[in-house]
Amino acid sequence: MFNAAYIPRDEQPAMPEELLASFAVRRLGILDEQGNVDEALMPSLSGTEIMRIYEAMLLARTFDERALALQREGRLGTYPPFLGQEASQVGSALALTPADWLFPSYREMGVHLTLGYPASQLFQYWAGDERGQLTPDRFNIFPFCVSVGTHILHAVGAAMAARYRQDPVVAVAWFGDGATSKGDFHEGFNMAGVFRLPVVFICQNNQWAISIPLKGQTATATLAQKAIAYGFDGVQVDGNDVFAVHRATVEAIAKARSGGGPTFIECLTYRMGDHTTADDASRYRSPDEVAAWRERDPILRLERYMAQQGLWDEGYGKEAKTRMTATIDEAVRAMEALPPPVAAEMFEHTCATLNPRQAGQLKEL
Amino acid sequence: MAQLNMVQAINLALRQEMERDGRIVILGEDVGRDGGVFRVTEGLQECFGAERVIDTPLSESALVGMAIGMAAYGLRPVAEIQFMGFIYAAFDQLFTHAARLRSRSRGRFTCPLLVRTPYGAGIKAPELHEESSEAFFCHMPGIKVVVPSGPYTAKGLLLSALRDPDPVLFLEPTRLYRLIREEVPEDDYTIPLGQARLACQGKDVTVIAWGSMLERVMKAIGPRGAEVIDLLTLNPCDMETILASVRRTGRAVIVHEAVKSGGFGAEIAATIAGEAILYLRAPVLRVTAPDVTMPLSRLQDSYLPTVEQISRAIDDVMRY
Repeated sequence: MFNAAYIPRDEQPAMPEELLASFAVRRLGILDEQGNVDEALMPSLSGTEIMRIYEAMLLARTFDERALALQREGRLGTYPPFLGQEASQVGSALALTPADWLFPSYREMGVHLTLGYPASQLFQYWAGDERGQLTPDRFNIFPFCVSVGTHILHAVGAAMAARYRQDPVVAVAWFGDGATSKGDFHEGFNMAGVFRLPVVFICQNNQWAISIPLKGQTATATLAQKAIAYGFDGVQVDGNDVFAVHRATVEAIAKARSGGGPTFIECLTYRMGDHTTADDASRYRSPDEVAAWRERDPILRLERYMAQQGLWDEGYGKEAKTRMTATIDEAVRAMEALPPPVAAEMFEHTCATLNPRQAGQLKEL
Repeated sequence: MAQLNMVQAINLALRQEMERDGRIVILGEDVGRDGGVFRVTEGLQECFGAERVIDTPLSESALVGMAIGMAAYGLRPVAEIQFMGFIYAAFDQLFTHAARLRSRSRGRFTCPLLVRTPYGAGIKAPELHEESSEAFFCHMPGIKVVVPSGPYTAKGLLLSALRDPDPVLFLEPTRLYRLIREEVPEDDYTIPLGQARLACQGKDVTVIAWGSMLERVMKAIGPRGAEVIDLLTLNPCDMETILASVRRTGRAVIVHEAVKSGGFGAEIAATIAGEAILYLRAPVLRVTAPDVTMPLSRLQDSYLPTVEQISRAIDDVMRY
């Protein structure tokens, strides 16, 4: 059997190995934990715009805190908190236009809230009422995808359709680190690369898929590098740095819209809470790890930056939190004032029309 | 009117509807330049361009998943799965998304998607190329399952499927692709989904079949007074036509290529038992493949329902 190691060095054939390709993986960070920014990379944002970003993150966190409390009180069903991921969600959402098509997983309520999706409907969905997924006409937001990673393909298809129609639309899919192990991640990325489609993939790598840590999910040093194998760019960003997430998403969207093809953005963040309210993360991860990430809180570091800039003080922080709480209070009131769903609604949207058997079953209700 | 085989009839329907409706886009493996492995899409890429007849990577889940996104966006994708034996990779997309997008989004997003796939036995192909697994898909509320039985029904059903507001799985019996030639009108005509066809009338026994089994049933009935129902759509199933016929004849034989246990014949038999038992003069019989892994072609004659087995089942119910 041929084995190159058996051939003495001076007898090796004159057919040297060639280096066909080599790759590097970029990491983007702008805002550090102390609130300092890299001015060279800092997007040009006015004070008002920065306050808007801050308040969007605060709204997202207030929603998440309330959802947890409501679940504990039995007013919502099982709920997946996104505490700690506000920068990844708000920073990416703010890069989109209303014409874009959005494909969330089930932990992106911060994206919805930032775009103005009614908080009452988000509560309604997590309270077990599907009407919460009736996306208002002004958005193109797909329903939450509970089946991990399978919605990546829908974003790819929407991007294909947008290009067919010659619409200047970008499709964006959000998913977690666990999704990168799924077949549909591979198939979707491959299609997006082959057809060079206007799609942006955003992985919120929160480092835990229920109890499986990142190193149990992949042998690669980053998730971003997986894009290389599909022929398009992947970049890792500090997912707790809202400016970095925003900048990376703006660039990816602009590239997609101008025909430059897909981009994969890995937002390295951390799931501060449990996988869902039915999970107990203390069974599988150390309090020290969680404490270390608490120091990297995305809202805390933005406050530190804003304080340096004269955009934040405790008084403003409290006032803003009070406003967000009032908004969420109102959303909970609106959700709980809705009439309960009626059984006949099950039949309304299975198909455009009822077939005879379904019609009979509806009558028997 | 032209005499066409089923391949030609499906090709004609696709071509005519693509001319009429710019939202229709075909995607699949080898559907473009090669015209599909059975040549069903032959010439369509030349006619409509590579933007509308898209050769994709070998990626069944992505084919269907992408088509779902395209359909929701406003197109009418036609995804071809090269053989039904490879559809299982896309099963998740069909069940988890295509069948329930309308419901999950409370009507905001819909999925007018057509998935075409050759299915069934009789072409001496390798493993997994000849199964009949239609029953899996009849268990998915939200997806229609259609099986033509010849060139004429293929064109009429396909045009209906291409205009349906919801996902349709269109199963094309490979054995029939070139077996039968029929007069197929150039004109636009549709056969409504969810309606069975009386292939012949009779008063003594009802025989229910679909796809390639229909041809064997027609050979098996002989001069007996059999009423043959060509189901055409499995989901939603035209139980009214079946029940009306069984109430007249008092006897029912169901024939399908798929294995017996959990097959679609069981659904029909249960419905007859539930809604027409007082009219029955004989037990409802099923003629099906046995509950074994499908053999390769050398043993298929022993596996598939034969004309003789169908004929014997008719004799059996006629004895009561």
